[in-house]
Amino acid sequence: MQEGAVLEMRGICKYFPGVRALQDVDFTLREGEIHALMGENGAGKSTLIKVLTGVYPKDGGEIRIKGVDGAVSIHSPQDAQNAGISTVYQEITLCPNLTVAENMYIGRTKGNLTNWKEINKGAAKILETLGIPASPRQQLGACSIAVQQMVAIARAVDMDCKVLILDEPTSSLDEQEVEKLFGLMRDLKAKGVGIIFVTHFLDQVYEVCDRITVLRDGGLVGEYVIEDLPRVRLVSKMLGKELDDMADIKKDVCTAEVSVDGVPVLEAEGLSSSAGIKPFDFSIRKGEVNGLTGLLGSGRSECVRAIFGADHVTAGTVKMNGKPVKISKPLDAMKHGIGYLPEDRKGDGIVGDLSVRENIILALQVMKGFFRPFSRAQAEAFADEYIKLLEIKTASSDTPVKSLSGGNQQKVILARWLLTNPQYLILDEPTRGIDIGTKVEIQKLVLKLASEGKSVTFISSEIDEMLRTCSRLVVMRDRKAVGELSGENLTQSQIMATIAGGDESCQ
Amino acid sequence: MPNGITLDKKGHLKSRTAMSDTMLLLTITVVVFFVMYFSAVLFLGGGFAKTQNFLNILNNNASLIVLSVGMSIVMITGGIDISVGGVTCLVCMVSAVNLEQHGGNLLTVVLISLGIGLAFGVVQGFLVAYLEIQPFIVSLAGMFFAKGMTTIVSKEPVRVTNEAFLAVKDTRIYVPGLGSYNKLGEYIPAYVEVGVVVALLVVVVLFCVLRWTKLGRNFYAVGGNNQSANMLGINVKRTKFMAHLLCSMLAGLGGLLYFLHVGSGDVANAAGDEMNAIASSIIGGTLLTGGVGNVVGTLFGVLSLNTIKRIVSSLGFDEAWWSNITVAAMLCLFLVVQSIVLLRKNKKK
Amino acid sequence: MPVIVKEPKEQVKKPQESFWKRMTRHQLFIPLAALALLVLFNLIADPSFFAVSIKQNSLGNPVLSGNIISVLDNASELVLLAIGMTLVTASSGGQDISVGATMAIAGSVILRMVCGGQVSADSPCMPILLAVLIGIFVSMAFGAFNGALVAYFKIQPMVATLIMFTAGRSIAAWINNNELPIMNDVSFKYAGTFLPGIPVPTPIFITIFMVIVFWALLKFTNLGLYTQAVGINANSSHLNGLNPQMIKLLTYMILGACVAVAGFIRVSRSGSINYSRIAENIEMDAILAVALGGNSLSGGKFNIYGSIIGAYVIQFLTTTLYKYEVPSTALPAYKAVVVIILVVLSAPVVREKLSHMKRTAGKTVKEAT
Repeated sequence: MQEGAVLEMRGICKYFPGVRALQDVDFTLREGEIHALMGENGAGKSTLIKVLTGVYPKDGGEIRIKGVDGAVSIHSPQDAQNAGISTVYQEITLCPNLTVAENMYIGRTKGNLTNWKEINKGAAKILETLGIPASPRQQLGACSIAVQQMVAIARAVDMDCKVLILDEPTSSLDEQEVEKLFGLMRDLKAKGVGIIFVTHFLDQVYEVCDRITVLRDGGLVGEYVIEDLPRVRLVSKMLGKELDDMADIKKDVCTAEVSVDGVPVLEAEGLSSSAGIKPFDFSIRKGEVNGLTGLLGSGRSECVRAIFGADHVTAGTVKMNGKPVKISKPLDAMKHGIGYLPEDRKGDGIVGDLSVRENIILALQVMKGFFRPFSRAQAEAFADEYIKLLEIKTASSDTPVKSLSGGNQQKVILARWLLTNPQYLILDEPTRGIDIGTKVEIQKLVLKLASEGKSVTFISSEIDEMLRTCSRLVVMRDRKAVGELSGENLTQSQIMATIAGGDESCQ
Repeated sequence: MPNGITLDKKGHLKSRTAMSDTMLLLTITVVVFFVMYFSAVLFLGGGFAKTQNFLNILNNNASLIVLSVGMSIVMITGGIDISVGGVTCLVCMVSAVNLEQHGGNLLTVVLISLGIGLAFGVVQGFLVAYLEIQPFIVSLAGMFFAKGMTTIVSKEPVRVTNEAFLAVKDTRIYVPGLGSYNKLGEYIPAYVEVGVVVALLVVVVLFCVLRWTKLGRNFYAVGGNNQSANMLGINVKRTKFMAHLLCSMLAGLGGLLYFLHVGSGDVANAAGDEMNAIASSIIGGTLLTGGVGNVVGTLFGVLSLNTIKRIVSSLGFDEAWWSNITVAAMLCLFLVVQSIVLLRKNKKK
Repeated sequence: MPVIVKEPKEQVKKPQESFWKRMTRHQLFIPLAALALLVLFNLIADPSFFAVSIKQNSLGNPVLSGNIISVLDNASELVLLAIGMTLVTASSGGQDISVGATMAIAGSVILRMVCGGQVSADSPCMPILLAVLIGIFVSMAFGAFNGALVAYFKIQPMVATLIMFTAGRSIAAWINNNELPIMNDVSFKYAGTFLPGIPVPTPIFITIFMVIVFWALLKFTNLGLYTQAVGINANSSHLNGLNPQMIKLLTYMILGACVAVAGFIRVSRSGSINYSRIAENIEMDAILAVALGGNSLSGGKFNIYGSIIGAYVIQFLTTTLYKYEVPSTALPAYKAVVVIILVVLSAPVVREKLSHMKRTAGKTVKEAT
């Protein structure tokens, strides 16, 4: 093993049906470093981590860990834990029916009995030092997603580990929590723990990391010290081509065409829903891209879900092109030409076991009706058209959609809605957890749609992205619309101020 | 979920965290049982007020209590075992034949019961846990096999005449202070059978196992989310295996208690007991989705089920079919109540 | 909830797969192989198993008789149930264990109607077809009850249907007022035995008819796509304009209709009903048929033809066992063993292990040469 290394992976290979997920990947983690693992979606980051933690068996290569002679064999997450590797996964991998304290200790205590007093005390201490607002005795399922993620992190950190893996831990955390996490990571680093950090947020990489390993298409691109790899080069390494500058996308491309007067495509008044959103007004014009922003849980998603009829609408009226319409279920919205790409891709978006083709035609098929199925040839034609148009990477249109990478799954859902030819498209976090290349593609697509006269509502946690695409921004806080920004008010600092609650800056 | 972390800080954390799903459902079960039983005592009086009648519910259902407790454990891990009735039936028949035709004694009977339970547990546990076959299918085959084997062993009922066995069967353990006086003013002490003591012991032991041992907590974790449990470093396969092993061993023990109660082997023994056990577990607050449940609740589930049967028959609905319809209605009621309670709870969050 | 995709590994190494591999992975491989095995066994053990002869039935009509005919005939009810069960499984990820009990109810309703409430009747008191329609209606209502518990109260299917499983035969007893009605008219038995002048048992025609109906339903409507989408991801289906609750309810009602037709065939065979024993354990066979057909019992994608073949395999097995004079009470034990062997062989884990062994064996051979 190399001097100072805590973990070495050599020549790791992993195959999935029709895909080489990993091909001869090397990875070295040194003591006391934070090492970013970067790559587009489907580049193999998560697979590499799952191989390392024993979730997937590897098809080739070897893993060495400091303090163990020879290659270690890791066949299960238990083996990984015993070898000193602790992990926080992208999805929350805790048990919702157990208490917070139990989730922090189960599977890693010695002895055959559970000492409730002790684990509750221990958990309370950790929760307090990390400032996690939860009680040890609370059932985990009753906590918010952010708290659950923090509990998962607390558990991983509390283990006496040599290697800590953080796979996209920040996607459900707000800024404060992310700062807390970074503080924690620096402490551990000082203690000599090696940390693998996977994220899609470049800012975060440059804030805490020492080294970067880049993967592309299941292969290793290289390992770099962070100072040697400026952002632009990182991005181009990840994409494998020089990035056609994202600055190309200028918002004035689209804003110019929005007519200020005229009847809005959609106008909602006093809309509220059973999901607990306070009555809000909303309107969007033809060819306009507007955005909804705010912290996670501020009510952005609930807002658009109410418009789409996904939650039970309790009050309010909706007009489309000036005429009042009644939208009480998603099918009503679809029939009025509204499309909705939901926030939770896996839970609400894809139908995992169905093929790419069936996923693409689903919405249009439902609109067409129960007794009028598309012929196989017709469905195939639709699917092939959009696979080509959106450059969806799939073995065939018959492949189950769940075996595609996240970005490609997202494209499938986009294809599904584009196929219905909507006049108004709602995109809720379409770029979360997907790679930069696809992100840019999606942003461009949004602007293209707007230039074709479609209206788009875009929701994102990344303000950069919103600034690039939207001409008007509605800011949400505490399930209420608290401000609207457009024109010259539309700047990063203004938005931040409005989100944070500086009342003087808006309205 | 809608509340961010910052909202929680200000919120009333303590009051909102009060009850876990398991506790909530347990409370409902216990309350319903007591309300039911006391209203029966108040309005129907007579029979229900006598301690011995209450103890007879236990005497008649010692075996079902053990079966249900085993069922609860498998259900907590997210599985199901419908072979328990069949195993009970097979144990009774083999034990009876052994005692009557092969000169067995009490020890061999105990060994037979646990041995059959162990064999079913190992095979079913292996198929479910390590070969990942659906527990319903595996235990369905287990049930077929057990019932078929019973008729192969003997089609005719076998009555036991072994004296040592009958002595144990007829042993009455008097409970001090719970007797009643008959019309002549004589004191008649209340009693339970040996089986009841064993059954209650099983409940206590398993309550402790589920509450404090690593294995017990792993059952809950696996039932809550088995992929997460795996990621948390729990050996999911071994845990599932142990749950099925435990359940089948308890089915063997339940068979022994059933045999001890009826004293004969018969192909009709314990007919439908797998469904009674499932119903008792559900009424006792175990969710078939796994991760939620409690053996004390299950005990109350068995008691509730049999109390309601007796209430219905003492109300004058004594045709055979009413008993089943009552059980079904009770099950329906509990399922709907549970479903509404849990749905509302989740919505609030 | 995290989804860990477990991929079958044998697909991995070679994109170009041999014909054999593709065949063994096909969903229908297991049921067809099981069927072939049974046929082969009978061919070797006693080829006369397949003999078909013409006999006189009790009415003096010439009819076909033989083991094969009896398999096709007796499997009819099971095939119908397996079709409905497949849809229910796909949409709700669970099974309806009350089908046997509901068959008893549907059968009782039909017979009671035809007998006009008498214990014994010599001629139908109402058109048989009307009675059957009423039976279908009642059975669908019970299906709707099950479906509502599953869809709207979100109760696990097996638990929800446990209610009807427990109460069904008691309800049948109540319908029959604890009597065992008998219908003596020959025309009532046409559906369960033979039509005059036709040597093939009528249930076979009914089954073919129903299979065609379902083929058409799947071909000319979106029933298949909708049930699969709902079974795989109900949230997503809702956001795509489907009503998952309605679709689940619908599948339970369709199963109800299948159950009623099966119940009609069953009572029509003998013209009487023993509601506490009729179609006993048939729910287990129906579920097995679905599983044997290569369908996941946790819902989602399905292949209805797999279930149909599965149903015939089970009946074939039953008939074979009867032929070798296995007493009917011991039958379950033998069935259980066969079932376990089948499910073990078709378990993904086992198949993966086997193909892995084959691969490594192949490798050593190659290295040696």
